[in-house]
Amino acid sequence: MDLSPAALADPIDALRHLRADFPILNEAVHGKPLVFLDSAASAQKPVQVIDAMSRTMRTQYANVHRGLHWMSERTTDACEAVRDQVAGLIGAPAREEIIFTRNSTEAINLVAHSFGSLIRPGQAVVISEMEHHANLVPWQMLRDRAGVELRVAPITDAGELELDALGRLLSDGKVALVAVTHMSNVLGTVTPARQIADMAHAAGARVLFDGSQMVVHRRVDVREIGADFYVFTGHKLYGPTGIGVLWGRRELLEAMPPFLGGGDMISTVRFEGSTWANLPHKFEAGTPAIIETIGLGAAISYIESIGFDAIAAHEAALTDHALRRLAEVPGLRVIGAPADRGGVISFTMDDVHPHDIATLLDRNGIAIRAGHHCAEPLMRRLGVSATARASFGLYTTREEVDTLAATLEQIRSLFV
Amino acid sequence: MEQDTLYQRQVIDRARAPAHAGSLDGATHVGEGTNPMCGDRVRVGLSLTDGGTVTAVRHETRGCAICIASADMMAGLAEGRSALELGTLSRRFGEMVRTGEGAEQVGELGVFAPLHQHRSRIRCATLPWTALMEALDGSKDR
Repeated sequence: MDLSPAALADPIDALRHLRADFPILNEAVHGKPLVFLDSAASAQKPVQVIDAMSRTMRTQYANVHRGLHWMSERTTDACEAVRDQVAGLIGAPAREEIIFTRNSTEAINLVAHSFGSLIRPGQAVVISEMEHHANLVPWQMLRDRAGVELRVAPITDAGELELDALGRLLSDGKVALVAVTHMSNVLGTVTPARQIADMAHAAGARVLFDGSQMVVHRRVDVREIGADFYVFTGHKLYGPTGIGVLWGRRELLEAMPPFLGGGDMISTVRFEGSTWANLPHKFEAGTPAIIETIGLGAAISYIESIGFDAIAAHEAALTDHALRRLAEVPGLRVIGAPADRGGVISFTMDDVHPHDIATLLDRNGIAIRAGHHCAEPLMRRLGVSATARASFGLYTTREEVDTLAATLEQIRSLFV
Repeated sequence: MEQDTLYQRQVIDRARAPAHAGSLDGATHVGEGTNPMCGDRVRVGLSLTDGGTVTAVRHETRGCAICIASADMMAGLAEGRSALELGTLSRRFGEMVRTGEGAEQVGELGVFAPLHQHRSRIRCATLPWTALMEALDGSKDR
């Protein structure tokens, strides 16, 4: 680690040495060095994760939870150790409350199906206007399947949840669950989780947070924020695709029926009927994503070795710098201005379509996302059909942000 | 800055100041193409003679520069052509943006040949043709 006074004084530069851990950052795109500003969609992988997965397949692999042989037992141990790591990462009181899923989407679908089956017709679920489709469509499906009302809490023009309006939506006591993002994938807004949880609980509702973006950037403690369910995905956290996490309070998970049926999730099976395994296996049917689980464990070890203080400081300083630089680009409008925000910035530039912006940036080696970001209702609320979005990872540098701003100015001069 | 060959002056100027944008009063046929991936939308209105010749085309396009320029060039090319000819041109254009080959067969639309290197953007250029073909299909006759 660079311990020079300059590096210590500058939280952006303080993580620069970590770029060496990400082999892909040495790649060129269209003959230009890759400037990867699409980490909110999926983050790049450090060699520690790549090697852990490769090592598993090379030296220590078998199916888990069923083999009576050495390889199976060791692989089971390796996977189960990751459950402890995840519990530690988010401050979960018990390892049995950690359910491995394919991604955040599957975790939310699990809750919508299983906890959703306990919600009675006439009760309601509250989401917000700034949800990713993953935290919207499963609740629409529940509404249409079970006669549960779906209520939508509005956001302000700044992109913050309107807490007064949320309070009104909760006031009739019919809400069974509030399901909202902990950090918006479009606006970067960090939601006041503790306040939302307190409001939900006071109204007799449970609360689920979609932490897909949040866990990447800040230390999350599910007890401190008063969550009942918390979900996130591995691939945004510098881990592999195909592995996500649902955390739920034990008493809720125990009361909930299984989601998928199959191997691993049973206690006994007879043709007349079956009984379910204890937590967490009740919700983990079939052979899990073994290699990906081990990759997630390596990713958690990696970020914990850096520490969330350094990661959050890097991100906050870089986001401030980016907002300043982007404000200097003529015609550029940053969407939303939340007081508490993470390193995700959506913008438009005059009438230049976000897809044209993205293609022209790409020709210069700069990867951003453009489109509706899986949040169509939010786009409608914001009065835009699409935005361009730059998002940062722990490997993002000040120079990359400057390159983005300079290239945007050049793109604009083409069109105006 | 690297400027892509896709974004030639011709394309950008056409997108900024389209010559055939707007709705067509007295259109005999209308069609629409939408791209749910990005929300782009092209509406085409045209007049067709009894003999099957297109006499006027206007487009209302909400989309990127590629989509608007493609719609506008298409509208310009369509006037005076038969539905049959336009069907052939549509197929050739679709083939060209997918393969990069055959630019010489599609007139000024050849400017979109570099699209074959931008797979995710091909639909932007073909969307207006989807709308035109729907209009000519007659399924939405007024």
